[in-house]
Amino acid sequence: MNGFFDLPSDLQHSYLGLVGLHLREALLPVLAGLLLSLPIAQLCVRFRWVYPPVLGLTTVLYAIPSLAFFVVLIDYFGQSETTVMIPLALYSLVVLVPAIVDGVRSVPPETLAAAQAMGFGAVRRYFQVQLPIAVPAIIAGLRVATVSSISLVSVGMLIGNQGALGNMLYDAQIYHRPVLAVNAVLTIAVLGLLADAALVLVRLLLTPWMPRKGAAR
Amino acid sequence: MIRIDSVTKRYPDGTVAVDRLSLDIPDRAITVLVGPSGCGKTTTLRMINRMVEPSEGGILLDGKDIRQQPVNTLRRSMGYVIQNAGLFQHRTILDNIATVPRLLGRPKQQARARAAELMERVGLDTALAKRYPYQLSGGQQQRVGVARALAADPPVLLMDEPFSAVDPVVRKGLQDELLRIQSELGKTIVFVTHDIDEAIKLGTMVAVLRTGGRLAQFAPPAELLSAPADPFVEDFLGADRGIRRLSFFPTTELELQTAPVVAVDAGAEQLASRAGAPYLLVTDLDGRPLGWSEPDRLTAGAVDTDRLLPYGRPFVPGTDSLRTALDGAVLSPTGWAVAVDGEGRAVGVVSQQVIGEAIRTAHSRVAEQAAEHAAGQAEVKAG
Ligand SMILES: Nc1ncnc2c1ncn2[C@@H]1O[C@H](COP(=O)(O)OP(=O)(O)OP(=O)(O)O)[C@@H](O)[C@H]1O
Ligand SMILES: [Mg+2]
Repeated sequence: MNGFFDLPSDLQHSYLGLVGLHLREALLPVLAGLLLSLPIAQLCVRFRWVYPPVLGLTTVLYAIPSLAFFVVLIDYFGQSETTVMIPLALYSLVVLVPAIVDGVRSVPPETLAAAQAMGFGAVRRYFQVQLPIAVPAIIAGLRVATVSSISLVSVGMLIGNQGALGNMLYDAQIYHRPVLAVNAVLTIAVLGLLADAALVLVRLLLTPWMPRKGAAR
Repeated sequence: MIRIDSVTKRYPDGTVAVDRLSLDIPDRAITVLVGPSGCGKTTTLRMINRMVEPSEGGILLDGKDIRQQPVNTLRRSMGYVIQNAGLFQHRTILDNIATVPRLLGRPKQQARARAAELMERVGLDTALAKRYPYQLSGGQQQRVGVARALAADPPVLLMDEPFSAVDPVVRKGLQDELLRIQSELGKTIVFVTHDIDEAIKLGTMVAVLRTGGRLAQFAPPAELLSAPADPFVEDFLGADRGIRRLSFFPTTELELQTAPVVAVDAGAEQLASRAGAPYLLVTDLDGRPLGWSEPDRLTAGAVDTDRLLPYGRPFVPGTDSLRTALDGAVLSPTGWAVAVDGEGRAVGVVSQQVIGEAIRTAHSRVAEQAAEHAAGQAEVKAG
């Protein structure tokens, strides 16, 4: 295992540096996706007819290969992290928008009626009632989006060293060091699991009001 | 007073949910809206806090059109309780109750202190304060719903079938609790139910609505039972309205007999003096009833309490109604009802015949009053 964590110098990063880079390239798009999804989902809840076309659009975006995005985006952002992150953010919409819509719609009608009857305005009702109750569904969506984003970052290697840990796969080939590939794959898997666990923890902290599994009633 | 002034509600799909409804809802009393499913009760209630806007007509609160103030100000001045409570599942019990005071801008500490006070008022253990709704029973949740509606001390309380999702025993408890709270707070309550018994028990005034959202009758419950306006109301009241009506007749004037009541240690002389009665009620040494016996089966000084006949359910004269007294008499194998004081000590007995006479007297008194009332009205019109 000598040199398992020693990386070729053309990667321009230490192992931990690559891990940090990978996380940034994977998580920022999910965050951007979340910020984008919230208003889109709210539109879909307010105007029911908006939802089917929006769903269709996010699916189409998801079906476009990242390479195609890169070809267009390189003209504007060059071979940069931004070029990698924009498609990732768009991909996350396909999970996040329906998750938020379902979560907001899962608020029981009598809860909404009660909020209305107590004199909540629409904005207050959204932030104080609908959004908090949608948290479990939103985090469920975030878990899927995050894990898939962590694995998708690797394709950034296609545009010249922008794939973070994915770049190790490329180096594994050109330097005939398969151990680099093993390292990359294992690291990415561990990062995915850790990110997922972190989100579960966040959910537990944010929703003390949910019936715990195994707890009575 | 809330005045509903010939209000009609037509939903966009053409359904007429409420049809030219006029009601004067009295202050500091419980007004019940009752009627079959779909007759427009919820719609009517929701027009009072503008969750539904009338298509025609208007609603006045203390003489002012409810549309004159901002809608959320209006709503915060009216408590609202619904079936299944509609609690915020993501907030603790305390914070649920503190919701409207917080909306009104009260400081958090003050709102929570007020919430804790209300928990006690509605009969909730304050140990539940930090729990979440899923950790409460249906009945407890419903109490939280009532506390939440009362939190900002609104003059008006709107309640939409608040107790219909809980079992009959819990429901009775909640109804009694509501009557107790109302006797302390004197709110103007509009209460929706489809249960006529609940309407009669809780209502100071009862509005019976029929399908199509038209008013069938608006009257105090006793009048509803004695003089239903039409066959629909009569049918809705059910088969035993005669018996139920007895709930409104007092037992104050029932003539109680004390002679047939003997203590368990009664001597031979005392027993002999009561031999004329068909049955004697035997009490313990404190005067609490034990059961009935035929006089000749009693042995002086050594009554075999195991052989006594059951005495049914006793009533408290003055507090309980003729219905309870009659029920006691019917339940007792001897046909006599036992009257007890507040501590459960027998104060006398009364026969079915005497109760029957009291019922006839009460009926004729009501008829006289109605005739007088009608004559008075005629005079007013004539004059
Ligand atoms: N938003 C709506 N759009 C169209 N029709 C409606 C709407 N809400 C209620 N209705 C109709 O109006 C009528 C009265 O409804 P409402 O909910 O007021 O009845 P209700 O007396 O409260 O009935 P229930 O006892 O079943 O609760 C019904 O026929 C119902 O189908
Ligand atoms: Mg209803």
